Amino acid sequence: MLELGPMLRALMRNKIGALLIALQIALTLTIMVNAIFMMQERNRQMARASGVDEQNTFYLSNTVFGENYPLQSALARDLDQIRKTPGVVAATQINAIPLSGGGWSMGLQTKPGDDVDGTGTAIYFVDTQGIAALGVELLAGENFSESDISWRERSSNKWPPKIIITQTLAEKLFEGDWKKALGQTVYINNHDPMQVTGIVKSLQSPWNGWDNTEHASLVPSQLENKGSRLFIRTEPGRRDALMPQIEKMLADSDKQRIIRNVKTMTETREESYREHQATNNILLTVIIVLTLVTGFGIVGLAMFSINRRTRQIGTRRALGASQWQIMRFFMLENLLISSLGVVLGIGGAIGLNIWLVSTFAMTPLTPGLLLVGCAALLLVGQLAVSYPALIAARISPATATRGRA
Amino acid sequence: MFSYYLKLAWLSSKRTWGMSLLMVLAIALGIGAAMTTITVNYLMSANPIPQKSDQLFYVQLDAWDPNDPYFDNGDPPDQLTYRDATALWQAKKAPRQSIATGVAGVIEPADKEALPFMAQGRANSADFFPMFDVPFLYGSGWDEQADLNKEFVVVITAEINERLFGGKDSTGQTLRLAGKDFRIAGVIKRWQPQPRFYDISTGAFQDSEEFFVPFSLMAEQILGQSGNNNCWKPTESGFKAYLDSECIWTQLWVELPTKADVEQYQSYIDAYADEQHKFGRFARTRNNKLSDVMTWLEQREVVSEDASMMMAMALMFLTVCLLNTVGLLLAKFLGKASEIGVRQALGASRRDLFLQHLVESGCIGLAGGLLGLVLAWLGLEAVKSMYGDWMAELAVLDLNMVLLAILLAIGSSILAGLYPTWRACQVQPSQQLKAQ
Repeated sequence: MLELGPMLRALMRNKIGALLIALQIALTLTIMVNAIFMMQERNRQMARASGVDEQNTFYLSNTVFGENYPLQSALARDLDQIRKTPGVVAATQINAIPLSGGGWSMGLQTKPGDDVDGTGTAIYFVDTQGIAALGVELLAGENFSESDISWRERSSNKWPPKIIITQTLAEKLFEGDWKKALGQTVYINNHDPMQVTGIVKSLQSPWNGWDNTEHASLVPSQLENKGSRLFIRTEPGRRDALMPQIEKMLADSDKQRIIRNVKTMTETREESYREHQATNNILLTVIIVLTLVTGFGIVGLAMFSINRRTRQIGTRRALGASQWQIMRFFMLENLLISSLGVVLGIGGAIGLNIWLVSTFAMTPLTPGLLLVGCAALLLVGQLAVSYPALIAARISPATATRGRA
Repeated sequence: MFSYYLKLAWLSSKRTWGMSLLMVLAIALGIGAAMTTITVNYLMSANPIPQKSDQLFYVQLDAWDPNDPYFDNGDPPDQLTYRDATALWQAKKAPRQSIATGVAGVIEPADKEALPFMAQGRANSADFFPMFDVPFLYGSGWDEQADLNKEFVVVITAEINERLFGGKDSTGQTLRLAGKDFRIAGVIKRWQPQPRFYDISTGAFQDSEEFFVPFSLMAEQILGQSGNNNCWKPTESGFKAYLDSECIWTQLWVELPTKADVEQYQSYIDAYADEQHKFGRFARTRNNKLSDVMTWLEQREVVSEDASMMMAMALMFLTVCLLNTVGLLLAKFLGKASEIGVRQALGASRRDLFLQHLVESGCIGLAGGLLGLVLAWLGLEAVKSMYGDWMAELAVLDLNMVLLAILLAIGSSILAGLYPTWRACQVQPSQQLKAQ
């Protein structure tokens, strides 16, 4: 009942045309599957939580240029002013901002020694309000107390005795069991001991593409630096109103410094992943346009081949073929060609993926995605050919008896 | 004859306008995508200083952690320790050498009404300016004596000069920077090498600096260092210990005009490293590199992965569009079999027919190419707005790219037209005439 015989014979007469469509479909599948795959990888990265209460936090840079500036008392005064402002939940001085791209990293190890491999972690110097200002969740242990906070000079290399680390870092250091980490001693700078006094659920490092992005540590120190940052958390919904207010308050209170780079965490996230987002947009456009080009190519070629076969189709209709049978002929023909294309495309997609994996250090493709891609392209082929097939089906049987139109 | 073919091409395209439009669009989309990505790649991999890129060499030494290489592939670290860079700079074994690092400082305008602002700068030695052909608007750089005497001299950009001095020649005047008075030695014209090859440690496409001061001031702790700073070995507290530490944050470029100079310098740095090895430093196997500008940019892979991945995708995309065109042209030309038969019967040679159809494919290609250029321009605008400032200078169509786009479009469409044209010329006139 299927007209496979005549269909194949018809295809063989126009081998090149059919092959061209099959090749187009194959390449489209190759590109589509890999592009979607790359998009998924980026989306996964972008979906990770930073651990910070991003909606209600902002920060600013405080750059001092005056000479003989009282760094310690000025910081105390600034923090005091900010914390007293209605609507502010907490504020801390901090050396680096999660996701911002710039910061400080160190290695932690569970045994002292020069030849022990350390685990990389981002370092955030904060005070007692650090946890509250960032909005991170303390899973175990306790926050730093006032007496834990010490002053750190610019080129100092001393480390305070306490440290709070993230769950992921604790798991990495203590054989997958973060609960074991509490109270343990870890070593920084190869030899300097620090006791893990708290564990926070999650807090990302400043570098979103780093292998150890989920490794971060809070260290109870205040920096005696001419350049520093203040990190502020507000009550929900009050951030945008408080930002200019606090900026002005700080700028007016002291002319020996510049308050600059006042930024929300929301903006920071957007900037951090800007390239990822842009690349994804481009990939998405490529996929859509590519599918359209292939689809319209199929329409064009089918229209042409139907035009050429008007009389044959008319003859078939005159000999009793129903409209549905004519339509089915062209739909099946396309299915046959598309299937060839999809089979070639699976090879191509895997090939391209192997090349991408080896050149750009990506992870290999999942078979599920490949199957979805195949199904999608077969569907596109059927959709594209349905309009020409409908036109073919409407050809009047009387055409057979007429001369050339 | 050519104009006659053009006329025929126009008539034929008009007759099958839907198909022609489809082909032009497909080529335009393919060219648009390809040109957008090729342009970004081309500008990312451009030679930023073509006149002497093969005479400027970046120095890498490996004094890193003996237990853990700096780069996984074994390349030496991308910056030097302060002590090594200073030692090599002081040895003066190359005709010119520039030691440098990134700095930042607050500039206080003389006008008390104007607000102080933060500026990005570079601490470098005197040779920096002649080595990298930095163009001066007023004045010049400083001399070696200024480096040795740790003089407070500064070179500023035209932009800063405009902002603080209304664009007038400000050489000899005072600039209040980082709480100190600096004498302005020179003002440079706009200078933005792409990539910013002389310091790619914080990204290869950063803006160039707003001011330049002698590197020797770093030891005086006047300006804060700004840029990457990596340490592997614990250091003692204090600034002196920091300068003597194994932390890397300094860059050294040397100018070596001849091959012999390069060999000599290589053996000099090897000897230096071996000497240091005797004092217990440089515990790794000998791993010192001299790379000229382009080798250096390649080693550090300044063309972003996304960009080259995207270009590969776009070229495949162009292939799909061309396959599309081959199919459509084939259909179109075969549809003209009877016309071709008539023309042959009337005496047109195969060569005439071949040329006629090539002209037709070429015209479609030209139309597609022109439209593709518009799409590429739109694509680059989109790239600029999505990626942000650092892309602004990398997403510009220059004349080379426009020519390439048009050639690519015409060339590829003629290529796409070859097979269909050949098929069309195989038509047997007798058969076509009989079929009527």
